[in-house]
Amino acid sequence: MSYDKRNDGRDFDDLRPIEAKAGVIKSAAGSAYFKIGETVAYATVQGPRDLYPKFLKDPKKGKIRVFYQMMPFSGVGGRIRPGPNRRAKEISMVTEKAFEEVVCLEDFPNAVVDVFIEIPQADAGTRCAGISAASIALADAGINMKEMVAGVAVGRVSDKLVVDLDYSEEAHEEGATDMPVAVTSVTKKISLLQMDGEFDKKHLSDVLNKSIVACDKINEIQKNALKEQYEVKND
Amino acid sequence: MINQNIKAHMSETLKKGIRYDGRKLDEFRNVEIETDVSKSAEGSAIVKLGDTIVMAGVKIEMVTPYDDSPDEGTLMVNAEFAPMADPDFESGPPSINSIELARVIDRGIRESETIDVKKLCVKEGEKVWSVGVDLITINNDGNLLDCAGLAAMAAIKNARLPEIDSDGKVDYKHKSDNPLPIEKEPVSVTVHVIGDSIIVDPTKDEEEASDARLTVASINKNIICAMQKGGSKTLTVDQVSEMVDLAFKKAEEIRKNL
Repeated sequence: MSYDKRNDGRDFDDLRPIEAKAGVIKSAAGSAYFKIGETVAYATVQGPRDLYPKFLKDPKKGKIRVFYQMMPFSGVGGRIRPGPNRRAKEISMVTEKAFEEVVCLEDFPNAVVDVFIEIPQADAGTRCAGISAASIALADAGINMKEMVAGVAVGRVSDKLVVDLDYSEEAHEEGATDMPVAVTSVTKKISLLQMDGEFDKKHLSDVLNKSIVACDKINEIQKNALKEQYEVKND
Repeated sequence: MINQNIKAHMSETLKKGIRYDGRKLDEFRNVEIETDVSKSAEGSAIVKLGDTIVMAGVKIEMVTPYDDSPDEGTLMVNAEFAPMADPDFESGPPSINSIELARVIDRGIRESETIDVKKLCVKEGEKVWSVGVDLITINNDGNLLDCAGLAAMAAIKNARLPEIDSDGKVDYKHKSDNPLPIEKEPVSVTVHVIGDSIIVDPTKDEEEASDARLTVASINKNIICAMQKGGSKTLTVDQVSEMVDLAFKKAEEIRKNL
């Protein structure tokens, strides 16, 4: 048996339909909505603002903090207990690392930029959707970045290499490998990489290259969302 | 904390019947309700009250009942003041304000017997439905309480029980057509006192200037099902009566949106 046709009819390299908006939450310095398939992420940015506790302050550069959380009703199945669990803490940390090199931290020494990611509806790929949303929100907040970041999960379902897995594919009976990747928009470097499942080394570069192509497409959508928000209307 | 000069100015203008955003003292902002906003929840809603946005999701699970009520399902309301909604909200354990909000809404829904918990019983002593309502703030521009109350009720009305397959197992991936056993529709309205004036649906600035508030959850224009006074200023019996009358009147208007 092989995986000949994707459950939702997409091509193996296709992303699910994406919708992105900037500036959706007024009280935040920057915010974004990012929907890919049935996975939805909101991201907001607060700051740069004073950093506490004081000993965390660095006079040479600022700090970026990420708080990722799934809403209690966002999963299929039981209610998720609110508050940070181990998974959420780890995802927050790797997301932080995905942005540390691209954000111009030296612009705000001693201060912190906080990024909050909330997932109201999940169909796999939430951390990647969160990263794509956070990147738009950071730009919307006017935080200087050398380049943007987009995230996508690539991997293997049965015998096929695929881009942007959904839950039904992650749970495929013949096994699936899920590899969340974040790619920077200009230099095309990888700023987040995780994997679970089984994977033949010879396919690794193939699938990483697929993720770069996919992230390029996502980046176009991110840029359009920002253009739409800041476009000067002449009438 | 609001600047005392701004507060004094606000009290003066309110006395003349003027609000900073041009509304009348007893006027609500525009209410917008959108349901079915999260497919993973059994019921969900986003409610916008002006710029204030609250999302509500209902999760329904099959559990064993408590020993002291073997024929009753359970209902719980929880609120998260997500830090994304307001620069002043911090992540971490629930703040006292989010606990108060959840408890006031929980009382409004529970005490009015909005949901007949006996009808949530599937098999006495063995299987009952547990209903969890989670409220998450998306943007705070004042009056989260009334907005959250509406969101909770809209999501409860939108909820459908999960399907039970032929072996009696619950299939959480598919919703049935059965709604929750809803008996009543409580709506909460919070009335604020600023100086000598009383107003409804405060913005964030007005809320910070508020001296006292009274939240009144009602099921129709005569019956109150929950109340909560907040703020440090004391109220007279006449004031309380006036505030409750106003809350009734406003609740009738807002209920039409549900």
